[in-house]
Amino acid sequence: MEKLAVIFFSVVLINNFVLARFLGLCPFLGVSKEFRPALSMGIAVTFVMTLASAVTWVFYHSLLVPYHLGFLQTIVFILVIATLVQFVEMVIAKTSPLLQEALGIYLPLITTNCAVLGVSLLNIKQGYNLIETIIHGFGGGLGFTMALLIMSAIRERLEFAKVPEWMKGFPIAFVLASMMAFAFFGFQGFFSS
Amino acid sequence: MNVLNRMGDEFFKGVWRENPTFRIVLGMCPSLAISTSVVNGVGMGLAATFVLLGSNIMVSLVRNITPSKIRIPMFIIIISTFVTIVELVTEAYTPDLHKALGIFIPLIVVNCIILARAEAFASKEPLWYSIADAIGMGAGFTLALVLISGIREMLGNGTLLGVPILGLHYNPSIVMIMPPGAFLTIALLIGLMNYITRKK
Repeated sequence: MEKLAVIFFSVVLINNFVLARFLGLCPFLGVSKEFRPALSMGIAVTFVMTLASAVTWVFYHSLLVPYHLGFLQTIVFILVIATLVQFVEMVIAKTSPLLQEALGIYLPLITTNCAVLGVSLLNIKQGYNLIETIIHGFGGGLGFTMALLIMSAIRERLEFAKVPEWMKGFPIAFVLASMMAFAFFGFQGFFSS
Repeated sequence: MNVLNRMGDEFFKGVWRENPTFRIVLGMCPSLAISTSVVNGVGMGLAATFVLLGSNIMVSLVRNITPSKIRIPMFIIIISTFVTIVELVTEAYTPDLHKALGIFIPLIVVNCIILARAEAFASKEPLWYSIADAIGMGAGFTLALVLISGIREMLGNGTLLGVPILGLHYNPSIVMIMPPGAFLTIALLIGLMNYITRKK
């Protein structure tokens, strides 16, 4: 139980996927101009990251390990994730038009989100078991959502600031990300071990 | 002659006019994560260039027989095959580099630059232009990585390629090789690019 809590909090706060591991920067910069779309994207990513973590873990340990196919990890994982995203999209379209409207356009983009493939690879690399994997995936998604929401809230305020023409857009967004990464440094040393 | 001109044009497009990192802002994750030293930057740049070249060649060769509905899954399989080659080769011959780049080698699969070039260029253009395009984009990406990692290694560690160059009295600011320094470096570099091109 204690180990699960450590995994969860360290992936949300200390090793935040965006601010400390640089995973999932494309949506972090692309979808953070307004608060609402950022929230939808965050929910979609958290959902897919949790699911993908579990499914890729099962694939790895039930298919790749017994047949000594570890070297096919990258190819298998990306195919599993792409199929999974497509599948989730179809299920959502069939069952919930409301959810479809909110998340629809974000789901296809998630296939090429490096946070999803990244979390699947990290789970294997760190040797987590299935429960730890799911907690890690969910926490990673939550940390991503948090960073995305903070970023979008700041960027909405930034609309009223006088930014030099050549720093507008990406440069100023990266400066903000830098400041946020500084702030998240405060969580370093949260766990003494 | 015309072909050569066009090839040169496609090459320089990737290096400057449409530089993937600074102008289109694609493939940011590896550019920031592994740019703590120039060696890592060059290694990552070359790995991505190899994958880009391989995937552009393959995609361009099969472009006329690919049904458009399944083209994206096909591109992804082609790309991940080349990534696996890079992964196994670096693990066998340069284990230190493989360890330093970590999960960012398999993550080349989801580097937007490669899929973007396959979709936007190689799936429409003939082989030679696709090769020029891949080498140009790869060179642009590698140069960007060398620039970012050069600045970070110099300020954060006082060295360049492992050789101390800022003298003994320089007190390295560790923050430059940590995440905030990466974000700050790329912010100022893109801003600088905008400033330079705006003046012209």
